[in-house]
Amino acid sequence: MREFSYARPSQPADALTAIAGTRGARYLGGGTNLVDLMKLGVESPGLLVDVTALPYDLVEEGAGGGLRVGSGVRNSDLAANMAVRRRYPALAQAVLAGASGQLRNMATVGGNLLQRTRCSYFQDVTKPCNKRVPGSGCPARQGEHHNLAILGASPHCVATHPSDMAVALAAFDAVVHVEGPAGPRQVPLSELYRLPGDEPQHETTLDSGTLITTVELPALPLAANSRYRKARERASYAFAIGSVAAALAVVNGVVVDVRVALGAVAPMPWRAHLAEQALRGGPATEQAFKEAADAELARAQPLRDNRYKIPLLRNLMVRTLSELLEAS
Amino acid sequence: MSDGVATGSRISLTVNGGVYELELDNRTTLLDAVRERLDLVGAKKGCDHGQCGACTMLLDGRRANACLILAVAAEGRAITTIEGVASGEGLHPLQQAFVDRDGFQCGYCTPGQICSAVAMLAEVEAGWPSAVTADLYSERAVLDADEIRERMSGNLCRCGAYVNIVAAIEDVAR
Repeated sequence: MREFSYARPSQPADALTAIAGTRGARYLGGGTNLVDLMKLGVESPGLLVDVTALPYDLVEEGAGGGLRVGSGVRNSDLAANMAVRRRYPALAQAVLAGASGQLRNMATVGGNLLQRTRCSYFQDVTKPCNKRVPGSGCPARQGEHHNLAILGASPHCVATHPSDMAVALAAFDAVVHVEGPAGPRQVPLSELYRLPGDEPQHETTLDSGTLITTVELPALPLAANSRYRKARERASYAFAIGSVAAALAVVNGVVVDVRVALGAVAPMPWRAHLAEQALRGGPATEQAFKEAADAELARAQPLRDNRYKIPLLRNLMVRTLSELLEAS
Repeated sequence: MSDGVATGSRISLTVNGGVYELELDNRTTLLDAVRERLDLVGAKKGCDHGQCGACTMLLDGRRANACLILAVAAEGRAITTIEGVASGEGLHPLQQAFVDRDGFQCGYCTPGQICSAVAMLAEVEAGWPSAVTADLYSERAVLDADEIRERMSGNLCRCGAYVNIVAAIEDVAR
């Protein structure tokens, strides 16, 4: 690991100044991903600015019935929060489905959004990777890709975003509040991530040195009837091979509103707009759920060993929506 | 040193109630600082990547993977290791239960298992749900074997002593 200096400011302005003044500086949250990547040699910052002493550690009531979640809130506190559990249950379930008790106590909301892919080539500095070393190639397309993307990928990168939490946030139209050199800004979660195209090294739309301060959950009564379902290769403590966050409102057998987002299938949490369009205003039946899932997955471009994700995600969507229909 | 900026720090760590002044390289993890500098070698280095739980310590009563925490970032936190979970001379009830139930074979994961279980029981007490909690809205989690297995999934045991680990924790949870 390369040597680095360390600062733990208590004021946001000091954090922004420290980052702006040092090339290759990184914000440090819980460290569950960044410290690991430093050990692996994937990251080698010369300065770590620890953001855990900044005043972003609260879950507060937002405007009109929403919630404002500080970027430094630990995953475990977010999942235990009773307002989250009651008003956005899929978010609590998504967080609880990720990592372990120890890691959830460490990991922060901001860090969770900005964590890096777990693609094995990205994490292995002895292998080429267009994300880590632009232009070096992507061995995953021909090699180990059974858990990589079927949607939104490019010839240059097929990595997935690994977060569970972000899938629920995508379903709920969360808005990310940031502070940066150019002042405060609000970024809808749907605009936070970039598809890889031919520049997979650029993963978000945030300028270098930008600090996430708050994640705002808009008021969304529908979210009270929401659920997160995750498939993985062991019963606990594993990344998803596919996941669904969904919310459903049904009146007289008709879908009046619906939210669906998919995890572990794309370089970003994947909002299933095509499935939602297919469902809105139509009958709330298992057949309709199947057709909606097919509408979304029709644009999937699987590789040799991840074709299984298409029926997996179809089944996850149908099962989750069916459970929400029963509960509504 | 790079560019004349300090890459080491002088910090004080609070471990098991004692305060220790240390001068260390910023790269030092909490696990390495506690094991190599304080000679508290109960916490183990298993994977060193946050995947096995053998390094589990308590920070302000909460369990965490000490292999992924930088020692400089742990300044100001009350750290508890396996050496500090018992009060007085006797064993912590969970330590005794692991002995009674034979909750280990080689013992390498055991300090992490016990630290993790101590904090896990406090999480249940605080009403935290888990991924297998049926009623997400309940203020009071009920700790059955499924819940114990899910909540302890961050602690691997390569000997496979899980059956007796679950039994030991159930004894104390009752």
